[in-house]
Amino acid sequence: MTATTIERLRARLEQPPPGPFRPDFWRSPLRGPWLTSVLGSLLLPLIVVMALTGLISHDAYHPELRGNAIIAPAHDIGVLIQFATSGPGWIYALTQGLHVTVGLITIPLLLAKLWSVIPKLFQWPAVRSVANAIERLSLLLLVGGALFEFTTGVLNIQDYYPWHFNFVVAHYWGAWVFFAAFVVHVVVKMPVVVRSYRARGILKPLREDLRHTRPEPATEDDGLVPLAPAAPTISRRGLLGLVGGTSLTVLALNIGESVGGPLRRLALLGPRGRVFGTGPNDFQVNRTVASAGIMPGVIGADWRLAVSYAGGSAVSLSRAQLMAMPQHTHSLQIACVEGWSTTQRWTGVRVSDLAALVGAPAGSTVNVQSVQPSGLFRAATLSSEQVRDERALLALCVNGVNLSHDHGYPARVIAPGLPGVHCTKWVGSMTFERA
Amino acid sequence: MSAIIGHFKRRYGANPLHLVAHVIAFAIAAYAIVQLLGEKHWVNFLGWFLAAALLHDLVLLPAYSILDRVAHAVSRRLHVRLPGSDPRDPAHVPLINHVRAPALISGVLLLIYFPLILGPAAPGYFSATGHHPSGYLRNWLLITLALSAASAVIYAARVWAVRSRRSSSPA
Repeated sequence: MTATTIERLRARLEQPPPGPFRPDFWRSPLRGPWLTSVLGSLLLPLIVVMALTGLISHDAYHPELRGNAIIAPAHDIGVLIQFATSGPGWIYALTQGLHVTVGLITIPLLLAKLWSVIPKLFQWPAVRSVANAIERLSLLLLVGGALFEFTTGVLNIQDYYPWHFNFVVAHYWGAWVFFAAFVVHVVVKMPVVVRSYRARGILKPLREDLRHTRPEPATEDDGLVPLAPAAPTISRRGLLGLVGGTSLTVLALNIGESVGGPLRRLALLGPRGRVFGTGPNDFQVNRTVASAGIMPGVIGADWRLAVSYAGGSAVSLSRAQLMAMPQHTHSLQIACVEGWSTTQRWTGVRVSDLAALVGAPAGSTVNVQSVQPSGLFRAATLSSEQVRDERALLALCVNGVNLSHDHGYPARVIAPGLPGVHCTKWVGSMTFERA
Repeated sequence: MSAIIGHFKRRYGANPLHLVAHVIAFAIAAYAIVQLLGEKHWVNFLGWFLAAALLHDLVLLPAYSILDRVAHAVSRRLHVRLPGSDPRDPAHVPLINHVRAPALISGVLLLIYFPLILGPAAPGYFSATGHHPSGYLRNWLLITLALSAASAVIYAARVWAVRSRRSSSPA
């Protein structure tokens, strides 16, 4: 190649290709560092809440106990962060309800934030410096990570799995990718946010109505303020109002499935917003007896509960024998990782009474197995604190009647702050173990 | 020292801390990605990760931008004879935002809940809950209708306010 050809090629490359790469292609007069800063400032606490409640949920599954871990514990960095294990019974309903609800109401904000910075995707030249190349790579992780986390989370709460990978594993490690890129993005962009608030005031631009809406003054490094702005059709406060109104609508149409009670009927689009009846067993089910693949004979009159203490004694109990033991009643939540929860009155035998029956010492854990033939959550281990808790029950009845088959008849576990899928249904055996 | 930092800034394009922060973030992200690469179906994961970003940036965003342009053009045609339609008029009531608001909310609801509204979630939903996800399409349509009606009523009220203010003022 001759020197002139190279020169010509270089000159050609300095000219952006037509379309979105041209600086005059993006025309919205609202785009600019102030608007992006406001949207970013609103997203920041919401994403921190999601990260924290996500880690709390990870911890609530007690991955350190036998058979509980879905993420290989030897490689798991999340177990380095421990949360207090005791708390009110509804703590998991609260934290996981927050995780899902905050996630849903963040979606309009996230879309607005991405809209506000879209010209940067098409910046020309595509790479300005080594620092710019590194930052753009981190933005791929940030945007890809955010959209991956929100997409998989949203589809999971609707029991829709159009992928081949394991949801829990992918959502968990995807969150680390997203959060690492998120933290560095906050650190790198904080000076830009501070500068734009100093220049324009944090709230001052919200006073401008449509007639007073002007493009932000262009600064040399932003790449957001349009070179050829169109006339505004909405004010900045109007745009933020639209985004906020969309979030509030999503909130109103989903929150009932987490709060429960009469509000559940308002959750018109909430996956668990349905009310199926007023009977004692008519509350929400996760995994029906039919889909668990349990043959009716297995949970019929011949059903026996095997209780044992590793290295100690073992007993086999019929349902009548369990009913003859001291019964206790507590109002406790089924709180699903999918964000919905429901409070019911459960009656049954204390898990600690069963521990005493086989001579398991205080501080034992218990591995609970279902008669369910297969499935990720056919077994779970409860921590020693959970075994000791007097509200932790092997429930036989709910709301004064026998459990229905879908709710785990003949017996199921229910305990304060325990993630829903660890409230094992159709229990076949309980093995107490030294912690 | 400051000469070294100045030299670094010129060569690298930013403060050294910029590089340090990114190296730490990349290390954590790389660790997480390596964990996923050990899983079955990691190619499927990578595909979803990249597709999520590409579909948003190159399909969803252009699609709603074009829809917005179309709505804008239509609304400008439509309310030519309505009072307050001149953008230079201080009492201008833009119709476009009364189209945007219900369309945006309804669109985001569809984006979030399409597996239940349009039905692809039905098999998984049935095996978990014991019920078919019926009624979601109807609810979404009713919500869309209610939002559009509310937006139209607010528009009518604003136009009426402009008109009555104009008729009561001597000018």
